[in-house]
Amino acid sequence: MLLADEVLKGSRRALARLLTVIENGSQGADEAVAALFSHTGQAWMIGITGAPGTGKSSLVNTLAKAYREQAKTVAIIAVDPTSPFSGGAILGDRIRMRDLSGDKGVFIRSMATRGSLGGLARATRDAMRVLDAAGFNVILVETVGAGQSEVDIVRAAQTTIVVEAPGMGDDVQAIKAGILEIADILVVNKADRPGADNTVRGLRAMLELGHPAAKSHMISHHGQLIRLEKTTNPHENTFWIPPVIRTVATSEDTTVSGVQALIEAIADHRRYIAENGLNTELERQRIEIELYERLQSALMMRLQAEVTTSVLTDMIERIQARQIDPQHAVHLILETQKV
Amino acid sequence: MEFINLMAGQGIRILIAKPGLDGHDRGAKVIARALRDAGFEVIYTGLRQTPEMIAEAALQEDVDVVGLSILSGAHMALVPRIREVMNANELEDIPLILGGIIPDDDKPQLAAMGVRGIFGPGTSTEEIVKQIHQIVTDKNSANSSEQAT
Repeated sequence: MLLADEVLKGSRRALARLLTVIENGSQGADEAVAALFSHTGQAWMIGITGAPGTGKSSLVNTLAKAYREQAKTVAIIAVDPTSPFSGGAILGDRIRMRDLSGDKGVFIRSMATRGSLGGLARATRDAMRVLDAAGFNVILVETVGAGQSEVDIVRAAQTTIVVEAPGMGDDVQAIKAGILEIADILVVNKADRPGADNTVRGLRAMLELGHPAAKSHMISHHGQLIRLEKTTNPHENTFWIPPVIRTVATSEDTTVSGVQALIEAIADHRRYIAENGLNTELERQRIEIELYERLQSALMMRLQAEVTTSVLTDMIERIQARQIDPQHAVHLILETQKV
Repeated sequence: MEFINLMAGQGIRILIAKPGLDGHDRGAKVIARALRDAGFEVIYTGLRQTPEMIAEAALQEDVDVVGLSILSGAHMALVPRIREVMNANELEDIPLILGGIIPDDDKPQLAAMGVRGIFGPGTSTEEIVKQIHQIVTDKNSANSSEQAT
């Protein structure tokens, strides 16, 4: 039987094997994703990103437990970096997820980036599809410890959570472009640590200064910068202001951990998207970006297959000899190859 | 495109786990690091893993090899139990390797349980890497001949 069929019948071994096939780009990977594609679109995909050490894995553990209490099945993809020197990796996110062991409603898969730079692995998106087709209700994707521009997750997930921790930088860090801009929900984890109030304040100030959503709303009010009263139910607005949630992911006490507030914020975000009919548009955007990326890499592969090494070495030598500039060399190669 | 795959480890995945109650994980961490540097993808699960947790992680992560670090002397109790739980999960084909303080007298029995490599104190990491490559090559050729028949 094909792996894809076994996955649909609920075989966990087949699921694990198929994820390997997809990761390695082995024979049958494309066919399996194609066979499963019509079964996708059911799960809610949640991305969790943030700097190393902010507590992403612990938060994923806590979130997964909370979803299990709601009787939802949960799949987790935890991405860790591949060493650029050896190609090896240490995938250690399971250490923080031991509470989830023994539960058949949870499936955890660690994944190495294998040279990919955007915070996810090349195969992550297809792996998410497979887990979606396998019937998991919620898919949590933990990115590598992200710096300021590993923002691929926003193109793969429906709700993106950016995790911060106290003491990670001043308020100028908070208004820099990059990772904070992609947040649908901001989490200040380790909120029992000193400085948590400052971090929360910094993030709120950042949002007021001009989160893209908030700004567009202000402009829509006759071009005047009017600050609006925040309502307690963000989805009642026609725009989404990312809530700032305090969590202590390692706390067993749910009143301290803040996990319920986070779960509610995720549900609010999902409702906001549904009630404003944004699902179709957002999905279209994700598909568009993915299609471009896949075209880009397919064209690159075709180019590598068709352009001989001697042509490239020749060009490199000519560039180095200052006979031709790099951009001109690109034009020449493309013209002769008709890729 | 996939240059990384062409490197030494070729996407070989190995679980490094410490079953039982001993709390000495330095050896396991040294090995995990050495295997990373040899190009393997190491799934590191940390201390105090039950046989069930190890089998579950091996299944979900679809590893090629499971490496156990046992310094407590409980290997003759833990290894058969882990093998049993793994087999119950249809993971018979995943080989076990063992690191730690293992008396020579126990080695034939462990080999009979399907332990493919035992690495005591003083084993060089090069030797471990070499043997894991061999074990994975053997396993893959066994699998492909199985599929061919």
